[in-house]
Amino acid sequence: MSAESPKIVIVDESPIRAAILEEGLREAGFTGVVHISEMQSLLARIYALDPDVILIDLENPSRDILEQMFQVSRAVRRPVAMFVDQSDAASIQASVDAGVSAYIVDGLKKERVKPILDLCISRFNAFAKLQDELDRTKSALEERKVIDRAKGILMKLKGLNEEEAYVLMRSTAMREKKKMGEIAQSILTASELLK
Amino acid sequence: MMTPLHIGFIPLVDAAALIVAVDKGFTAAEGLDVNLVREVSWSNVRDKLNIGLLDAAHLLAPVAIASSLGLGHVKVPIAAPFTLGINGNAITVSKALHAAILHQIDGDRFDPMATARALARVVAERAKIGAEPLTFAMTFPFSTHNYQLRFWMAAGGVDPDEDVRLVVLPPPYMVDSLANGHVDAFCVGAPWNSIAVDQGVGHILHFASDILARAAEKVLAVRQNWAEKNPEILASLVRAVARAAEYVEQPQNRAEVARLLAQPERVGVAADLIRRTLDGRLRISPDGTMRESSRYLLIGRGEAARPEPVQAAWLYAQMVRWGQAPLSAEALKTAMAVFRADLYDLSLKRGRATGPVAPEPFGAFAGPDFDPSDVTGYLASFEIGRRAS
Repeated sequence: MSAESPKIVIVDESPIRAAILEEGLREAGFTGVVHISEMQSLLARIYALDPDVILIDLENPSRDILEQMFQVSRAVRRPVAMFVDQSDAASIQASVDAGVSAYIVDGLKKERVKPILDLCISRFNAFAKLQDELDRTKSALEERKVIDRAKGILMKLKGLNEEEAYVLMRSTAMREKKKMGEIAQSILTASELLK
Repeated sequence: MMTPLHIGFIPLVDAAALIVAVDKGFTAAEGLDVNLVREVSWSNVRDKLNIGLLDAAHLLAPVAIASSLGLGHVKVPIAAPFTLGINGNAITVSKALHAAILHQIDGDRFDPMATARALARVVAERAKIGAEPLTFAMTFPFSTHNYQLRFWMAAGGVDPDEDVRLVVLPPPYMVDSLANGHVDAFCVGAPWNSIAVDQGVGHILHFASDILARAAEKVLAVRQNWAEKNPEILASLVRAVARAAEYVEQPQNRAEVARLLAQPERVGVAADLIRRTLDGRLRISPDGTMRESSRYLLIGRGEAARPEPVQAAWLYAQMVRWGQAPLSAEALKTAMAVFRADLYDLSLKRGRATGPVAPEPFGAFAGPDFDPSDVTGYLASFEIGRRAS
């Protein structure tokens, strides 16, 4: 293990998230960072790289593959899971919430791991926030389309103009304490059924 | 006031009792508001259960024991008051390995001793010509799949650590890995074996029930201290799951069970594939050959749901045999105490008088009968093993 910078492997199928994390780690002075995105022969690659720290996202089924490292007969260097140290419940909770897990080779000091993990958690959270915003924008766009189509149906069936159709949907939504999108969706469903 | 519970599961057919308990409203009828959380790895299920993000989980029976013993990981005592499934796995081999085994076989191809010996000959042939060792995939180091594969091949003279490569592979990757030649065989639960056969990339060589007539596969797991703090909630949960297990086993309900499990947020594969597993009637070859077994997967049938401590003892003995755990009387006791037949009986209000008769034996195809009071003697009878003596 190098005294300056531990060797870190990031196992993540999301290239964007891995890039965000890698960049953060480099900025913080961790130079030995390798990203593995291909899950084929994962263990062989990890053994070849011989890292001090392995970071893997919790939604990756390959986490179970890493569990083989704990089988003494095979591993050269024995890693321990981050979760082994129960004294640090808050950081375990934070990492699970962020969706990341870490495996750390035995012997690496806790104070050297902490900044890596903290950085990892904050970058994972930042990525989740970005993803969230993207999803929200997408669903807002979808909702706009649904509302426009429902408006068209109302205009045709009830002989309303665009403004009136919109007002009708909005007042219905307010009365039924529902979202405009939901009202619009019911109109689409109903018109589908009544076709 | 409903009690909210978070319960984790892996999308496999043997989560049926848990899924049906929730989706048929049996848990709600017991006053439980269950949020079923679909997980992608056993590591996730174990860790989230350990740190309390999950109240209960569909868990590999050996993981419950390993966690209680602190093997390779943090020690968190687990209580298993219900067995969600007995058996249910199968060994699928590539077309090439299937042909090689049938070429070498001397005897019935459904006889695991005949196939294991044939495998030993295939392995020897490959070694002679300097070919790469065969690769077998299973789901987790502490899994019944791992022990079933090892038990089977070792009986034929194949050392699972020396003569072949035995690797962990997440179930969703197994069929592709078999198709592209990265693995030659795997042992996994439903529906993955059937998917391999349907895609024409493999043959089901054995049902796990050929190897052991009765092996505890998945349990309903909770933290032991959670069980102590929430006895009423746990009893309600066990009752709901027991009711569901009974429901699953009624042939007239199977179509409905298959439909519920097929939903994308549950197991998420075609209902027809799930149905085959529930019926124990599987297509075993791409040419359409069918095979049937009444013991393929037992959910609640024949006292399958009662967690018998002797089953935990057998699993612990496998951990010892393969060098995952040292042998000690204390560890054996701890392992057996994970399987809480007492909580099962208590929850279902079954006293000693109405309690079950002695459970069926393991029915292993090789080796002596298992006796939990003599694990040393039992293990000494096997030639191949990694036991640290």
